[in-house]
Amino acid sequence: MGSEVTAFSDFLHDTIIFLPVLLKGLGVTILLTGCSLVFSLVLGLGWALMTLSGNAWLSAISKTVVNVIRGIPIIVQLFYVYFVLPEIGVQLAPFAAGAFGLGLAYSAYQAENFRGGFEAVDRQLVEAGRSLGMSESTIFRRIIFPLGLRTALPSFGNTTVMMLKDSSIASTITIAELTRAGQLLAIATFKNGTVYTLIALLYLMASLPLAAGVRAMERKLSRR
Amino acid sequence: MITLEKVAKSFGDLQVLKDISFTVARGEVACLIGPSGSGKSTALRCINGLEVYDGGVIQVDGQRVGAENLPSIRRRIAMVFQRFNLFPHRTVIENIIEGPVFSLGKPVAEAREMGMDLLEKVEMADKATSYPAELSGGQQQRVGIARALAMQPEAILFDEPTSALDPERVGEVLNVMRELASDGMTMIVVTHEMRFARDVADKAIFMADGYVVESGPAVEVLTRPQQERTRQFLDRILALD
Repeated sequence: MGSEVTAFSDFLHDTIIFLPVLLKGLGVTILLTGCSLVFSLVLGLGWALMTLSGNAWLSAISKTVVNVIRGIPIIVQLFYVYFVLPEIGVQLAPFAAGAFGLGLAYSAYQAENFRGGFEAVDRQLVEAGRSLGMSESTIFRRIIFPLGLRTALPSFGNTTVMMLKDSSIASTITIAELTRAGQLLAIATFKNGTVYTLIALLYLMASLPLAAGVRAMERKLSRR
Repeated sequence: MITLEKVAKSFGDLQVLKDISFTVARGEVACLIGPSGSGKSTALRCINGLEVYDGGVIQVDGQRVGAENLPSIRRRIAMVFQRFNLFPHRTVIENIIEGPVFSLGKPVAEAREMGMDLLEKVEMADKATSYPAELSGGQQQRVGIARALAMQPEAILFDEPTSALDPERVGEVLNVMRELASDGMTMIVVTHEMRFARDVADKAIFMADGYVVESGPAVEVLTRPQQERTRQFLDRILALD
């Protein structure tokens, strides 16, 4: 009984000391996720547009790239960006390499999210646009893009949550995000239980509101 | 104004249109009637290039309908769909001005003003800021007609405009169409509404199995059909009325 109370007060005591360090790591995690998210969306939209362009060459290129990216573990892609690119003269700072590598890795999944959304748009609405004399690019901009995004919103949300968690892989290329910050703490203090429990809770705190936010957005949009 | 000459169209092995010829003059209302699967909708969709026909020729004022001039043909010939096909992410007024602004390049303010007049005409002005999902089928179809009119078309194609409506909503849409007809709009209407065809149409074109079986003045075709196939169809459909 007494020892349990002591254990708990030790946990609280350690938490107060560890938390500032871990919160700083969480900040880096969120920033890294945000940067790689933006990059993955831009790149993913590019792949999706190439796939749906109707141009056989563009489509073949993007499909190949997406398959190659999806077939290689994210950690290997990160190592490639961080360790191999410098050999051909492209030297990136750890954070930039992490954002670039994660964004690249996830652009393949974002491409599928975009493509799924665009292809789910009712063909009859495309016909309505055609019957108004719209060009194919106007139809894409005014009909397929906005409606496709709406359909793909849950997928984007899920992908973002996955990216938040997978940003922990960036700990392997010396970025002091949440996992790396925690690892260093655990090594220095041997308080593995406390540190990794706190890390898990912080990831949860970041991802649960994200998931809830996506659900709220879905509800708002589905009313139309 | 619109002429089809020996138009043919296949979907894979299935020949939907075998030999379709008819003419609709400016200001005329023509009803395309016939059993389902007879190719009425396909023929209609070939006129504005939503389907590509593979034999014969379709002309609008002497201009051949083909891939090279589809946008310009479509800006002259509007379309009203069976399932309305309103843009679900845009309000009623936004649906109306979409074509004028993003296809014809009209200023938004001008398009909006004209759009409100059109909504007045179809008695939907009070719903200008509603979304399509908030409207009944009949209301959506009236918006669909206003959206077609906003293009200031020379003709309007109607593809079974009342088939997806609750029976009690059919009348309000037919009334708007009657009004358009009396304004002198050129209209081609695929429909099963025989009374509308008889009362409003100048011309009836009866299609079956990819052929035009019989065509002529609507009253003649609908009350004194010359062909046995037409008679059978009318007997069956009027028995349901």
